[in-house]
Amino acid sequence: MILRSGPENKHYRDRVKELSGENVDLCFQCGACSSGCPMTQEMDYLPSKVIRMVQLGLEEAQESKTIWVCTTCFNCEVRCPRGIDIANVMEALRQLVLRKKYNRVSIDELSPEELRDLPQVALVSNQRKMTA
Amino acid sequence: MTRLAYYPGCTLKTNARNFEESTMATAEALGVELVEPGRWNCCGTVHALAKDDVMHHLAPIRNLIRVEELNAEGSVDSKKVVTLCAMCYNTLKRSNQVFNQDSDKRKKIRDIMTKEDTQYSGGVEVIHYLEALKEQGWDKVAAQVKKPLKGLKVAPYYGCLLLRPRGIGIDDADSPTIMEDLLKALGAEVVSFAYSQKCCGSYHTVHMREVVADLSHKILKQAEVAGADMLVTACPLCEYNLGQRQTQVKQQYPSFNSIPVVYFTQLMALAFGLGEEATAFEANRPEPTPLLKEKGLLE
Repeated sequence: MILRSGPENKHYRDRVKELSGENVDLCFQCGACSSGCPMTQEMDYLPSKVIRMVQLGLEEAQESKTIWVCTTCFNCEVRCPRGIDIANVMEALRQLVLRKKYNRVSIDELSPEELRDLPQVALVSNQRKMTA
Repeated sequence: MTRLAYYPGCTLKTNARNFEESTMATAEALGVELVEPGRWNCCGTVHALAKDDVMHHLAPIRNLIRVEELNAEGSVDSKKVVTLCAMCYNTLKRSNQVFNQDSDKRKKIRDIMTKEDTQYSGGVEVIHYLEALKEQGWDKVAAQVKKPLKGLKVAPYYGCLLLRPRGIGIDDADSPTIMEDLLKALGAEVVSFAYSQKCCGSYHTVHMREVVADLSHKILKQAEVAGADMLVTACPLCEYNLGQRQTQVKQQYPSFNSIPVVYFTQLMALAFGLGEEATAFEANRPEPTPLLKEKGLLE
């Protein structure tokens, strides 16, 4: 990863701050969010690292697998000593990608049996979080 | 009879029928009539977290308009609405908060929703059934118990959206007691375990079922190690991931011992002695009946 600090980095950081409503600059990298996260074993970057990438204005943040693995369970929100709702930042990063008409999952890939078996609450929330 | 508005949401009418049936029966036993609005719509299941998102608040707010209409026509006694599903609770409560606290969004929402018969005032209070029970008083719940759940070791599983984020949850996000208090009132033995608030994997169950089964295994195993006979939950998605997904868990972990997962209302119906139709255990997977028979709580 190459660190840069041009106007485009500031622009990216400000865009994520605006969309998430969270002041990511408050983060001092204590890692409490990462330690409590139930999904870290599936992530490429820990949640605290994604926050750091946003602080530095690195667009790679939204290319990470982490944002799609987040379950928005808000465990990080409860733990953050700096009052950052990290789940909101993850949502902002997902939205930046989804708004380019990207679909992370497709309902067409599910078999008729799976569609019958899965509760609606799972299907609707999955599509809300993972599709444009 | 106190009459309270009740918002079911999608899954309570299908996969989680047992949650609704047991709730209706226990509410009636406690002198509460749950009144469903004539027309309600999906809450959206997840709260619109992006700050510029107004559209996804419309569905929850529309349901709150229905509640105000019920109140205006005199069908319910207050502007409270009871929810069962943790996700419905969360979306309705959070959109209500956005509506009441963000004047800019409130204006936008109102400007868009001009075709509704009535305008939303912001006055509805969204509560979970557990909160309604707490408000009645645990002694009132205990007074309905005909068959105490003696010797039944139950681990309360809260999951995520019933407790979080802070300020939205129904109890303290770090050390909740509301389900413990209920279980004690029913005469059950409460088993606390480390993962009672750990996420079950939620909607990833659709496209990452192995990962969700891993998480479920961790949670269920932890409850078993803590000495629990079964788990109780208050969310249809938790019930699905922890209960019905146990066939997947078993495939990944052949030595795994299955453990029943039921809704808290089903244990209430059992302790109240309301009968098979009210407990509705037949829909639960794995089946809780063999364990309950073994414990002498079912014949």
